Amino acid sequence: MSKGTDRGLIAPTDWKRPSVKWTTRIAHLALLACLAVAGLGPMLWLLKAAVTPTQDTLRQPMALWPNGFDFANLVEAWTRVELDKYFFNTLALAAGSWAVQLVVATTGGFALAVLRPKIGKAISGAVLATLFVPSVVLLVPLYLTVLDPPLLGTSLLNTFWAVWLPAGASAFNVLLMQRFFANLPREIFEAARVDGAGPYRLFWSIVLPMSRPIIGVVSVFAVIASWKDFLWPMLVLPDPNLQPLSVRLPILQQFVELDVFLAALAISSLIPIALFLVFQRMFLSGASLGGAVKG
Amino acid sequence: MSSIDTRPAGVTGDRARPRTAARPGRPGLLARARGGLPTLVFLAPMIIVFGVFSWLPIGRAVVMSFQRTNLVSDPVWVGLANFQQVFADPQLLTAVQNTAYFAVLALLFGYPIPLVAAILMSEVRKMRGLFSALAYLPVVVPPVVAVLLWKLFYDAGEDGVFNTILGWVGIGPVAWLQDADIVMPSLVLEATWAAAGGTVIIYLAALTGVDPSLYEAAEIDGAGVWHKLWHITLPQLRGILLITFILQIIGTAQVFLEPFLFTDGGPANKTLTLLLLIYRYAFTNSLGGDYGAAAALSLLLALVLTAFSVLYFRLTRSWSSS
Repeated sequence: MSKGTDRGLIAPTDWKRPSVKWTTRIAHLALLACLAVAGLGPMLWLLKAAVTPTQDTLRQPMALWPNGFDFANLVEAWTRVELDKYFFNTLALAAGSWAVQLVVATTGGFALAVLRPKIGKAISGAVLATLFVPSVVLLVPLYLTVLDPPLLGTSLLNTFWAVWLPAGASAFNVLLMQRFFANLPREIFEAARVDGAGPYRLFWSIVLPMSRPIIGVVSVFAVIASWKDFLWPMLVLPDPNLQPLSVRLPILQQFVELDVFLAALAISSLIPIALFLVFQRMFLSGASLGGAVKG
Repeated sequence: MSSIDTRPAGVTGDRARPRTAARPGRPGLLARARGGLPTLVFLAPMIIVFGVFSWLPIGRAVVMSFQRTNLVSDPVWVGLANFQQVFADPQLLTAVQNTAYFAVLALLFGYPIPLVAAILMSEVRKMRGLFSALAYLPVVVPPVVAVLLWKLFYDAGEDGVFNTILGWVGIGPVAWLQDADIVMPSLVLEATWAAAGGTVIIYLAALTGVDPSLYEAAEIDGAGVWHKLWHITLPQLRGILLITFILQIIGTAQVFLEPFLFTDGGPANKTLTLLLLIYRYAFTNSLGGDYGAAAALSLLLALVLTAFSVLYFRLTRSWSSS
């Protein structure tokens, strides 16, 4: 950015005035303190409580330094409470949802944006329209569809497919891919075509490699969204052996000691927070709008 | 910033992507590929997945609300009986009131705070990344973890986390989740904590899009900071403010997780929301799922939400064009 445009609400000349400078500085420090307390505070508390004996957490929840550490909590949560099983269920659900979403969005986006069949307009209209249908509408009929899917003849209840397949019906992903593909330079497609590349080759060797940024965005948000999901997996995976962390945690709370339970909460937040720290830029750019539009 | 538009489609991805020049459709060699087997192969996953798990269930939602469905025998057409049943349920009014109360509180808590934070953050020169990362962190915490953690914070005893903090300034223990008057604000506080970061990032992106020359022009006319804020910044954000407003209404009208996990609708149905009621109709009915009533209520809620957003778009568009 050039110097002339790198400015906001406050004029560069005003920045030089001590009164403006100090007011904004103090306001910013206050904001930073609030954000640290509100944003980081609860997670730090969880981190501390996860390795603190139950009695310490109960008696003095705000003690900065507990009387003793109990790292065995983490081990116990992982092994005795079988958090490992639920953790891998969560991973499997996230991986499958990710794969289905990517397949549907990339192939669909490619067909609509690059191949442009005659019925493309109607299809993309029908896909777009689902964005405006509140998700509450789907709850009951989608559940019944999973119980008795058309043509399949067998219930998807208590299978991961019941979570994976509906995740693929994300209009937002298709829209994002379609727009990205439509903005790729079309001359490249034509050139590939002249060189004898068919649509499959065009898709696999040209469009996909050129679309890494958008595939990355969709992937990260797919994994995070799947990790967050609660109501749907709770409905379609009544078998405890198949349930993800989110569904299992509220039940664990009822029969696991507090310190081990808090360790379980901490472990459950690990992957999403790690993803966030690694892909910060992706989350904090406008792409995060994607998460907001769903819902 | 012309890309901020009142239509959601305009905002969903426009600024998120690196872009080359937009290319309008034009027939070329690719035109030959229209139709044909390959196109069908590429369309198939989308059509199957959307067909079975989106279009079909949406249609089924409408049909089901006029039927009595159980999983054993064939569904029976019952006309408006499901709707009559829903309207005759005294819990409906409670759920509508509670949901509206949640939505209003969520607007009071969740609308101004992110805006103020984003405007302040947009003036940060150094370490803006740290500010946004801190603000966004709660958004990536799994919602179930957040609710269960806050449930501990909300412990009613003197040794509860929040009550300990209040104890430092001499305010007595608060029964956050048991007191019928306080329970809803408690739920909204957590929900706001969990969601505000996302809104802050949206506003920040919009604020960086405000044309600096507008500010420069206002300064030549001698405008101060507050004047610029009121007459330039906020009007420039109008489109995005509208979108977050509508998204928030649509989101809060379907709130489920907080009332379900914090209180399961209690105390005394004080946090029974519409989605919780739908869930109870369909999935916790001792007589087996009352899918018809659940579908009818879902449909009503969806119609209200859709009508609401359409009306809102219409109104604001005619206001802004006049």
